[in-house]
Amino acid sequence: MERMIVSMQDPDMGIKMRNQRLLITVIPHAMTGNDIVEWLIQKYGISEEESLHLGNLIVKHGYIYPLKDPRSLVLRADESPYRFQTPYFWTSTKWPATELDYAIYLAKKNIRKQGDLVEHEKDNYNLLHKRINHTWDFVVMQAREQLRAAKQRRKGDRIVIDCQEQAYWLVNRPPPGALNVLEQGPERRNCHTTQVQLTQNMDYYKREIEYCRKAMARTRVKSSICLEGYIKFSEQYMPHDPIMSGCLPSNPWITDDTTYWAMNAPTVPTPTKLRVERWGFNFRELLTDPLGRAQFLDSLKKEFSAENLSFWEACEELRYGEQSRIPEIVDSIYQQFLAPGATRWVNIDSNTMGRTLEGIKTPHRYVMDDAQMHIYMLMKKDSYPRFLKSELYKNLLAEAVIPPETKKRVFPFMRKQRHSSPSPALFLSAGDAEERSRGPMAAPVPEEES
Amino acid sequence: MATEGLRENETLASLKNEAESLKGKLEEERAKLHDVELHQVAERVEALGQFVMKTRRTLKGHGNKVLCMDWCKDKRRIVSSSQDGKVIVWDSFTTNKEHAVTMPCTWVMACAYAPSGCAIACGGLDNKCSVYPLTFDKNENMAAKKKSVAMHTNYLSACSFTNSDMQILTASGDGTCALWDVESGQLLQSFHGHGADVLCLDLAPSETGNTFVSGVSRSFLS
Repeated sequence: MERMIVSMQDPDMGIKMRNQRLLITVIPHAMTGNDIVEWLIQKYGISEEESLHLGNLIVKHGYIYPLKDPRSLVLRADESPYRFQTPYFWTSTKWPATELDYAIYLAKKNIRKQGDLVEHEKDNYNLLHKRINHTWDFVVMQAREQLRAAKQRRKGDRIVIDCQEQAYWLVNRPPPGALNVLEQGPERRNCHTTQVQLTQNMDYYKREIEYCRKAMARTRVKSSICLEGYIKFSEQYMPHDPIMSGCLPSNPWITDDTTYWAMNAPTVPTPTKLRVERWGFNFRELLTDPLGRAQFLDSLKKEFSAENLSFWEACEELRYGEQSRIPEIVDSIYQQFLAPGATRWVNIDSNTMGRTLEGIKTPHRYVMDDAQMHIYMLMKKDSYPRFLKSELYKNLLAEAVIPPETKKRVFPFMRKQRHSSPSPALFLSAGDAEERSRGPMAAPVPEEES
Repeated sequence: MATEGLRENETLASLKNEAESLKGKLEEERAKLHDVELHQVAERVEALGQFVMKTRRTLKGHGNKVLCMDWCKDKRRIVSSSQDGKVIVWDSFTTNKEHAVTMPCTWVMACAYAPSGCAIACGGLDNKCSVYPLTFDKNENMAAKKKSVAMHTNYLSACSFTNSDMQILTASGDGTCALWDVESGQLLQSFHGHGADVLCLDLAPSETGNTFVSGVSRSFLS
């Protein structure tokens, strides 16, 4: 990068530098943004876009700084004046921008602007004041000295030096949210030595071929159909999205009122209308909502097929549960649901049952998958549509609440007290921990007396 | 003896060719079904109105770049991890800090909240994913109950609990993803074949709960 800068400054081949006018003072040895871009295009034969990008990088790394808008290190391809940073301040010198230096710089600024610093600079100033309090007198003294010496220079020089310093500190102490060009990123060790390498031997290719064959056999849909489905999904969920369609009674983040969360908590006596509607979208929505699931269980009980849901829940517990409990859970499922004469025997076709019983001999996490899927599909195709048409569901819809919208206050800046809520982790006691950590999917499977 | 070696070489080459040709056919099949682009279909959809995004809360407390965060299921709590090695649990509604852990490494690039809200998982340059049960007991140091779950050979870039507190899916710079049992720290399944650093992953909310997506970065020195 530096070779480029040096050649830029070459008196003959480099960028033509003229005395630029900045407001009323004349700055020597400055050039316009346009000049920089043009020179790069000519010298390297690159496009304008690339030259602009390159120029921007040079400015961001602090080799050229703008005179007109010194806060933002951006290259503008117009008449705005720029200047080369003195080699003293070049990033490659790598002398550490010490806290002391930064403190002196901020102190100078503070004195000059009489306390009117940008927010992050104010924060840094206070932080430094706390940290290096013992040398603070020195800092202030240095700052005053430098300011005094600066006053004795010509205005043009003063502006130049200020801009130089400002650019230097913008690179070394970037404001929050700005790109830090000096950032190296995490010390990621040489990835090659620790990468899990796949030797491209025969087995690897055999696996690849197997995978490709399976992939070919998969049923696929056209993009048009798939995208159509995507759009339908968005349309269906739009009125339920709090950001797109607002939330009643009010958005807790805006009004500090947590009623919305309270009304939509996992277990409430009366669910909201939107929530009950969502249960009708698809089976998964119904099952993932604890309230919906409980209602579904009630409806299944009326049809004497509640064991299906219990079986499905037990299988979920198996799939996502602890490794050490797998044999125990598999056995419990067998005893309750699959053994001939079991109290809550589930109706699975003989093929699946045969496979599952075989699999139970060597129990593992996914041994119930086939059976679980069969029962899931049964519920989805059979019980679920009946549930949606049932009186139970219709009543739920009718009784569901639509919370009234909170009237907008006349004085919106009267903030409500923000109360903390109990953390879910507070219920972490010995027994509860087990239950809680199984997650919202599985409820404990109680043994029923026949 | 020499002929055997030759035969093996031939089959290796022929296998490779077969794999390549199958891949080509697969691409063709896929291309056949690609009859319309998303932006074409999207043209029919109403455009969104002006979006006003305001900062509602600012949570101050990390000393350096915040690298990752995750929401709790209660919709107000957040866990966040940063470059300085600190992992903090906040009630973002009140902006109070509820828990804080200092990891033994810097650059904690991944953190996740357990579905029950009772634990958090985090990891980074230590190549591990650790699970911390959240406790309000003043006498207990959270680091004391820490469980080291995942072990990779390179940095941890992402982690996520599956449907329960007992399973974690992790992605790592060593090019693999893995599924672990939290209680025992056992590796349940590992997913190879990325060829480069895996930087992120996400679980699909499907009916079978069987799929997840992982994103990989191509390193320059390949």
